[in-house]
Amino acid sequence: MISPTTEEMVTITLNGKEVEVPTGINAVEAAALHGQEVPHYCYHPKLSVAGNCRMCLVEMGTPMRDRSTGEAIFEEDGSPKIGWVPKPVIGCATNVSPGMHLRTESDLVSECREGIMEFLLVNHPLDCPICDQAGECRLQEFATDYGRGYSRYIERKNVKPKRTRLGPRVTLDDERCILCSRCIRFSQEVAKDDVLGFVDRGSFSTLTCFPGKELANNYSLNTVDICPVGALTSTDFRFKMRVWFLKETKSICTESSAGCNTIVSSREGVIQRITPRRNDLVNDTWMTDSGRDLYKSVRSESRILRPSVKGNDLPLKDVVSSAVDCLRGEKIGFVVSCHSSLEEQMLAKRLVSLTNAQTFICGHFGDDDGILLSADRSPNLRGALVTGLIDQYPNDNLADLNDAISEGNIETVFVFDEDLILSGVSEENLQKVSMVYLGTHSNNSSRLADVVLPGLSVFEKNGSFVNRSFIAQAFEMSVPGPAGIKSQVEVLTDIISKLSEEEGISSDLDEVWDIFNSHNQSVLAGTKFSNLKKVSVPIDGSSWSHLNFVEKTALNYRPIESEPK
Amino acid sequence: MSEQSPKERRIILKYADDPAYSNRIDCYLRVGGYQNLKKAFAMKPEEVGEEVLKSGVRGRGGAGFPAGMKWKFLDRKSGKPIYLICNADESEPGTFKDRQIMYKDPHQLIEGMMISAYAIGASQAFIYIRAEFHEGARILNRAISEAKDKGFCGNNILGSDFSCDLVVHRGAGAYICGEETGLIESLEGKRPNPRIKPPYFPAVLGLYQCPTIVNNVETLCNVRHIIEMGGEEFSKIGKPNNTGTRIWCVSGQVMKPGYYEFECGALTLGQMIFDVCGGLRPGRSLKAVIPGGSSAKVLRADERFSGTLKDGTAFDWGLGDIPLDFDGPMSAGSMSGSGGIIVMDDTVDIVQAMANINAFYAHESCGQCTPCREGSLWMRKITQRMCSGGARKEDADLLLSVAKQIEGRTICAFGEAAAWPTQSFVTKFKDDFINKASETAENRDPKSLQLI
Repeated sequence: MISPTTEEMVTITLNGKEVEVPTGINAVEAAALHGQEVPHYCYHPKLSVAGNCRMCLVEMGTPMRDRSTGEAIFEEDGSPKIGWVPKPVIGCATNVSPGMHLRTESDLVSECREGIMEFLLVNHPLDCPICDQAGECRLQEFATDYGRGYSRYIERKNVKPKRTRLGPRVTLDDERCILCSRCIRFSQEVAKDDVLGFVDRGSFSTLTCFPGKELANNYSLNTVDICPVGALTSTDFRFKMRVWFLKETKSICTESSAGCNTIVSSREGVIQRITPRRNDLVNDTWMTDSGRDLYKSVRSESRILRPSVKGNDLPLKDVVSSAVDCLRGEKIGFVVSCHSSLEEQMLAKRLVSLTNAQTFICGHFGDDDGILLSADRSPNLRGALVTGLIDQYPNDNLADLNDAISEGNIETVFVFDEDLILSGVSEENLQKVSMVYLGTHSNNSSRLADVVLPGLSVFEKNGSFVNRSFIAQAFEMSVPGPAGIKSQVEVLTDIISKLSEEEGISSDLDEVWDIFNSHNQSVLAGTKFSNLKKVSVPIDGSSWSHLNFVEKTALNYRPIESEPK
Repeated sequence: MSEQSPKERRIILKYADDPAYSNRIDCYLRVGGYQNLKKAFAMKPEEVGEEVLKSGVRGRGGAGFPAGMKWKFLDRKSGKPIYLICNADESEPGTFKDRQIMYKDPHQLIEGMMISAYAIGASQAFIYIRAEFHEGARILNRAISEAKDKGFCGNNILGSDFSCDLVVHRGAGAYICGEETGLIESLEGKRPNPRIKPPYFPAVLGLYQCPTIVNNVETLCNVRHIIEMGGEEFSKIGKPNNTGTRIWCVSGQVMKPGYYEFECGALTLGQMIFDVCGGLRPGRSLKAVIPGGSSAKVLRADERFSGTLKDGTAFDWGLGDIPLDFDGPMSAGSMSGSGGIIVMDDTVDIVQAMANINAFYAHESCGQCTPCREGSLWMRKITQRMCSGGARKEDADLLLSVAKQIEGRTICAFGEAAAWPTQSFVTKFKDDFINKASETAENRDPKSLQLI
């Protein structure tokens, strides 16, 4: 893995121009920093260097030194004499050094690229018209940019297996494979599940699973993402959609507190797939397979599509009024959620203080896989902490709420998303209280609610989360929500506005931030949603270092306790 | 067994063909075996290395890199264990010298290896032997256990503090395992995909990412003789920069093919073919010679080679005048490689010969890097088609272009090994390739041999 070792810069000469690049990066990255593409297939910034595709061949030279004295040799004009390596070198395995000269645009380099492209295509089936990768295929792109444009190959092409099931989610077309070994290295180095390998040799080499094994780990679909060609395809997305029809939106995975950055691809309001988005502070370029499936809940049968009061569908404003009526009483409990966005939590905080209510929260925990599925299975528990909505680390149940109802201290509950029965509140107790439920999907306890307010899923709204490393990240709306449903932020603003009898409270997310920051002293001061949209912002989580966070050491994450002093 | 030529100077194969000699340790001890191990152990390891450097002995595996220099590159500061590997994966078509040594005089190799291990400080050594030499592996294993019993190998060698275990590891039948980093990968239990250099130079990051020296069988045997004679004395054998003897393996259409050990530069290619090997078959004339195993560039019988040697003397050679040492074939634009001289007379269909060689490289390419993987098979397909009645006039240029796209762009030297034959065959026998297009069953030379 080649990454900058320090922040120090070195000066190299790239195509005759002196440029500054960070120490320790390779020629591919160095050239990219200065707008020069060095095409490559096998090199991946987050995997070890294999150097097998040979597409990134460049010319390299270093200042010459006298062998006996070690002194630099100069040209007549006083410039250092450059000893060019007689053969082209691979950019991916060539780390920059002071005074290095690189040529990424020369006749030799173009000739190399043209040759490699031709070789890669001679046994390639050229079945782009039926290939899922078409449109986002490196082979297509580089063939256009660097290829010869016509074929000199008249021999028969090699025949290999066309549709191999590598695992439950990945299908392999061996004929398209260019043997770059990215998937193999990913399985070994990142997923730590060494199941892929090549069999046979030469041009007949074939990617396959080891006997008796399958590519079934929770990261298997990353191999599809990093496959530069159409060899590895997602069984779910296969033959579903031409990628150039897809609208891509930046989002954040809600599966766990890891907060993987994602791209949600949709067409005409329907989500087609979720793929990871690179963020070196969070998920590198990976995400879980399970996180990619979450979009399916958008169209689930349990989706709440209409606002209702006591089972009767009513216009939203009437249902909001009923909710406000419920909140005018005493002994109110708010069941807030670590699935809510930061903005929703800010408004919930305001609502809690307006109604002088008690706050309850339930944590959702599972096993930590040490990579990108953390033990905290909610995207925004730290959001609830930084907004001040809660000050204790949540339990995995709502027993305290159950007790409070039993003791008669709570008569009204306002629930965000949570299934109270599943979290340990008895059905009998729930029948004692009046309940307002604001959420996307119905569950056993929402069916007992007096007032049901539908909400939008993470794919249908804007907002932000704070992940396990206290990095605040924004997600954006990728598809419109079901007809007539307003976002939770709008519903909450409506309720606050009615309850406080204050006109004109804006549901614009930036203003939600502004109002929150003007009323609260928090670590979120100085930023707002539109900033997060541009770049994720690490926030200071040191005030919560005493809490027993459940996450274990994982990719780009270290628990606070184990942080080197 | 090939008949020994009276002009030979046998050092390595001195006893190999002696009917009274066997590969057992008693025979070896009778002719002074393991005495040089004792001699070496009386020296400091650095002194042994110094002798090897002084001897100027060049690697016998193909590249001809000075062995003493290779040892100098060893990273001794890392604190990691150092490994010694004997490359006995002799698979270059036309080469069969290491096999003779291992089958007939294995103790010589073991002694050479133990001296080398002592010199470089390796406490674990391996002999990586090609899969097809199963008998060789058996012989070596027996020899190693004999040597261990007598304290020449294993723990506390000769009663000293120095221990070095020696293990025979059999390959699985792949030419690429002869490439040293491919060999190392294979020895680690992986596919023998050669490693990228930089950073994986074996002397620094070799076997198990530890400093490793990989030497050819013949080279390691020479170490024993260097210690016996002293580096200085050894360097007097042969010619400056081409010291010692070399075992040449002559195959093809000569009367007496076989292996012949000569001092470097002691004879010319012509003398080798026409005197030592008894010349061509009656009525045949010489067409071409590959001087250093199938990956070396072919030399045409009527070619003239001229230029200046490293020492500044001008030369103008015919094929027969090329001196048999490291630099001779190199100066003629080819290489002495692993010493496999392949002789082709006028009955050889040069395109068929090319197709044969291409079939080998396409079959043996490991498939790791693109140019060699795809290029070798493409060249095979072209030449195969040319030999099956589908030749086109433009195929010659296409072959040259494909070979050019491989050369110098691959991870290991296999790319050159696959490209050089094509480049030289097509350039030097272009007419044969172009005429193939107009060849029909009727006008085909009936004498012409079908090689594939």
